[in-house]
Amino acid sequence: MDKIIEAISAHEQIIFIVILMIFVGIEVIGRVPSVLHTPLMSGANAIHGVVIIGAIIVMGKAETDNYPALVLGFLAVVLGTLNVVGGFVVTDRMLEMFKKKKK
Amino acid sequence: MSLLSIIYLFASVTFILGLKMLSHPLTARRGNLVAAAGMTAAIFGTIFLYRDETGHPTGNFAWIFGGLIIGSIIGTVIARRVKMTAMPEMVSLFNGMGGACAALISMVEFNHMAKAASVVPQLSPAELMQAAELAEPSVGKMLIILLGLIIGSVSFAGSMIAFGKLNGSIKDFSFKGQQTFNIVLLTLLVLLAGYLLVNAGSFNYTVFYVLFALSILYGVFFVLPIGGADMPVVISLLNSFTGVAAACGGFLYDNQVMLTGGILVGAAGTLLTILMCKAMNRSLWNVLLGAFGGGAAAAQSEQGGAYKEINLNDAAVVMSYASKVMIVPGYGLAVAQAQHVCHELEKLLEEKGVDVKYAIHPVAGRMPGHMNVLLAEADVDYERLLEMEQANEEFKSCDVVLILGANDVVNPAAKTDSASPIYGMPILEVEQSKLVIVNKRSMKPGYAGIENMLFFQPKTSMLFGDAKGVLQKIVTEIKAL
Repeated sequence: MDKIIEAISAHEQIIFIVILMIFVGIEVIGRVPSVLHTPLMSGANAIHGVVIIGAIIVMGKAETDNYPALVLGFLAVVLGTLNVVGGFVVTDRMLEMFKKKKK
Repeated sequence: MSLLSIIYLFASVTFILGLKMLSHPLTARRGNLVAAAGMTAAIFGTIFLYRDETGHPTGNFAWIFGGLIIGSIIGTVIARRVKMTAMPEMVSLFNGMGGACAALISMVEFNHMAKAASVVPQLSPAELMQAAELAEPSVGKMLIILLGLIIGSVSFAGSMIAFGKLNGSIKDFSFKGQQTFNIVLLTLLVLLAGYLLVNAGSFNYTVFYVLFALSILYGVFFVLPIGGADMPVVISLLNSFTGVAAACGGFLYDNQVMLTGGILVGAAGTLLTILMCKAMNRSLWNVLLGAFGGGAAAAQSEQGGAYKEINLNDAAVVMSYASKVMIVPGYGLAVAQAQHVCHELEKLLEEKGVDVKYAIHPVAGRMPGHMNVLLAEADVDYERLLEMEQANEEFKSCDVVLILGANDVVNPAAKTDSASPIYGMPILEVEQSKLVIVNKRSMKPGYAGIENMLFFQPKTSMLFGDAKGVLQKIVTEIKAL
């Protein structure tokens, strides 16, 4: 029991962020018209591309002679970038369709 | 608070604002750009300002920028070239990339931890004591690494299968005892992960890679038996999985922006998945176990009896002389890519003084909003698209309802037959209009595998054929009138 409380207090900040973000995520999506569900899913898909930050950190601290780490990290950066760039571009293309038509 | 923290805070705010703005048609496009701007700031902030625990700045710039440039070029080209109808599979593909990225990070971190641990035994007894104390939080770290690996791999493999199913290269596949097989696989995953956790100090590479392989396998067999038309729900679920995997990275590096972005998508994605299931009046469980097609077919209701067909010429005449026509687009329209010719028909009828509207069911095409995107691509006026409630009020005043490849969303059994698997799902009440023309490729039941009594009602006429071909012929007929 003590250990659990200790672990919680050690990561207090993180636990706060997690719980608040869960509520924000639910609130933000709750009022979306179904028309926008597909672009929204695509937009959310691009946002979780934030995993690229982790790939950059891994890459950045790999020793220059540790090739397995470099190759894996490099692959991670490429895939993460694909997720971010592809995700945002696809979403933008979908939403382009929604703009008001000029007569 | 360092400059990097401020950048991360800014990025987190743009993610939340971006999602919020994405929820309104007028601000949606800007919302996407806002989130993209935040992401760009976070990426460059990390490259130039990040310091690890020992205060070292980021190195290997050549590798990082190489990866960023290659990824950006490939990503932009694929995303620009893809057809509008193929959007769902694109989302799936990019989602898989994110999952794979999370899994790779876990792999590198595992190696990193193993290497760091192998140095420990050479320490003095006092330092060993200290190391043992430090080992406690490393169990937590190991847990996060394993979670990132498992969730990321499952998301990657599942997304690839979903991608293949949507573009038709992978067929639905299930075998006897598939559920049991999946449960055994899942149990094995948990046991192996538990083993690695308990022996956090020993860093057993074999077990780690077996765990990776099993996660991939699980992702494949998790998605394989689920029907192709349910893929959007699955993609939405895997989308939230990848969000959680990204958040694992946030735990690992104490990185706030990964944490906020990941958890935000994890929560929002889960809710979106549930909303999609609700619109089909099914539980998530039901979708995942794939019980829909199999179970429902067993409860086959009575065969419908006689239906009547209408020929193209008659269809063209009835619509040209109607005062109000409602078009109900469905999956068939999307598959046939008939949105442009559909808009042509609408313009032609408008010129003849016919009031033309579209009735959009929330899950038409099995992807919320999919129809709107398709019709918008064909330049259909946003004002003409009616949501279900509005449309249901207007059917009474309609002369003709033209159903293009939609089936379950207009099945009256959802209201009348409590034994029907779709009972309770809100539907478009097309039978209130004076005449219903149904375009389908054949009399085969729709995705739910049940008969649609609507087709056998005296008001209803069938018009068989591929939506695009049929519409083109109708357009020619109307022009010739």
